Amino acid sequence: MPNRVVSSAFSSVKKPSPEAHSSFQKRLVKDWRMNKSLYLLVLPVIIYYILFCYKPMYGALIAFQDYAPALGFARSEWVGFDQFIRFFNSVNFFRLIRNTLLLSLYLLLFSFPAPIILALMINEVSNRKFKKAVQTITYLPHFISMVVVCGMITDFCISTGLINDIIVFFGGERSALLQRPELYRTIYVVSEIWQQIGWGSIIYLSALSGIDEQLYEAAKIDGAGKWRQLWNVTLPGISSTIVIMFLLNIGNIMALGYEKTILLYNPATYETADIVSSYVYRSGLLEQNWSYSTAIGLFNSVINLILLLTANKLSRKLTDTSLW
Amino acid sequence: MKRSKISISPAQRAGTIINYFVLTLLAILCLYPVWYVAVASFSDSNLLMQHNGLMLFPKGFSLSAYERVFSNPMILRGYGNTLFVLFFGLALSMLLTCLGAYFLSRKNVMFRKPIMILIVITMFFQGGMIPTYLNMRDFHLTGTLWGLIIPFAINTQNLIIMTTSFSSIPDSLVEAARIDGAGHFTVLFRVVLPLSKAILAVIVLYYGVQIWNSWFWASAILREREMYPLQVVLREILLQNSLGGMSTGVGVSDTESVAMSIKYATIMVATVPILCVYPFLQKYFAKGVMVGAVKG
Repeated sequence: MPNRVVSSAFSSVKKPSPEAHSSFQKRLVKDWRMNKSLYLLVLPVIIYYILFCYKPMYGALIAFQDYAPALGFARSEWVGFDQFIRFFNSVNFFRLIRNTLLLSLYLLLFSFPAPIILALMINEVSNRKFKKAVQTITYLPHFISMVVVCGMITDFCISTGLINDIIVFFGGERSALLQRPELYRTIYVVSEIWQQIGWGSIIYLSALSGIDEQLYEAAKIDGAGKWRQLWNVTLPGISSTIVIMFLLNIGNIMALGYEKTILLYNPATYETADIVSSYVYRSGLLEQNWSYSTAIGLFNSVINLILLLTANKLSRKLTDTSLW
Repeated sequence: MKRSKISISPAQRAGTIINYFVLTLLAILCLYPVWYVAVASFSDSNLLMQHNGLMLFPKGFSLSAYERVFSNPMILRGYGNTLFVLFFGLALSMLLTCLGAYFLSRKNVMFRKPIMILIVITMFFQGGMIPTYLNMRDFHLTGTLWGLIIPFAINTQNLIIMTTSFSSIPDSLVEAARIDGAGHFTVLFRVVLPLSKAILAVIVLYYGVQIWNSWFWASAILREREMYPLQVVLREILLQNSLGGMSTGVGVSDTESVAMSIKYATIMVATVPILCVYPFLQKYFAKGVMVGAVKG
């Protein structure tokens, strides 16, 4: 989504070619004279990024320490990769990686295509009022806060709740659904679709509205039916948007929703629900294993970055579309 | 979208009907959970407990759950704290985002690109949860509402949306004002911002929703319950089952049913304000998504 802007923001403003004979120093002085007030103006922004984005990155070095708050960063003992090795050898390692990857995979399989399908369906609607109504209603869940959504899920899933009423109606038995590890991922993914299907479709609808109408006319003249038009005109028309959104999802694989996980899981469902980021939260903020949890978080970010870079590179090769 | 209506085959007609039908079903599925909560919140708690399955209208009618919710000082205080963070958070966020976007949209600036890269990197790599927390502690931001404002003042995606928008303002306008002797601040506030009202509205809404919905860091850094913003209060009530004295005076046998009603009423109190305004604001939200998409 907005990340597409990144590439454009880089390219939209071309720097003028420097005068060939002026040295770097001369340009520097000239730039400072011309733009001094501009740099002053952006200074608070740069300070913000240094203090609240780059300083924590530097702070992540405690992953290689045995950090003790009493000693502080400077005097804590350096232990190399010990914290990482401890994590790789811990009983949780396999479970966390499996849960994280599986949840991401299910989201990519079910939650990712849902808005695309919705957008394609809305695009076929010719009645403006109906279209508008469907859009407004499907956007609604997006405007309900995460805490409230999870509160609703919890209420619906208790053994006397709405979903159990429906299960009983169809001949099933009552159970506390959120206490059952085998159902956790289903609940997570279904509620995710509910939350995002409408809002996620906006970007595809805007891509769809950009497809040249003449392409459809040409396809019709060639005798293409609705399905052929879908395959040969519509989907190619929005494929680059789909690829970009897919890449952004890849970039989120390891970093996916710890907020929702923390709100929904409980010790009974850790087996399937606990993901790397929620474990970092428990181990770090709740149990105060500062260095250990930072190491896990760092490992997670690095894997995530590698996934994103690989996917981006592959995509550039295969589809000529990439984030940057 | 206008498509010339040449012959419509029966198959196509059937397809259209199925499409309308499925979309209607989807809309109902999106709406119904919220409707259920609304209906349940107005129901009599005992009748609600006895009822099984879907509901279209309240079972009985009672406002007692709402009376209990509004008598809970934590909810009102939560609203107050959230408004505090909204007010100062929005002011700081908008100021910094405008300054950053103005700088990044200027041409002929030597360090524009390096600074852009510095900023974009933070979208793909962050220090992580624990270093972020320790960093806040270093600045003594834990335990205060400012800890929810300052460290999250700039959202890089919003900054980039705004930069893209500022970049589309003709350079000649800015240059003309500069030649007339206007400083960059004047240009920003007198020329650029008045031309960017739509995008400003979008970004205010984005930041507003972000602040309104955030609960995680508040629950991580705040120690005193008096400081809890609304979402953290909601979390206690909805997910940690602490009703904070709202069920006092209820017989033991009724506790469960009253608790359910209170939860539903709480959800309504926290959600209705937003649900009332979003249909009117959604075009602005959508516009933000478009700015991100179309220009790419």
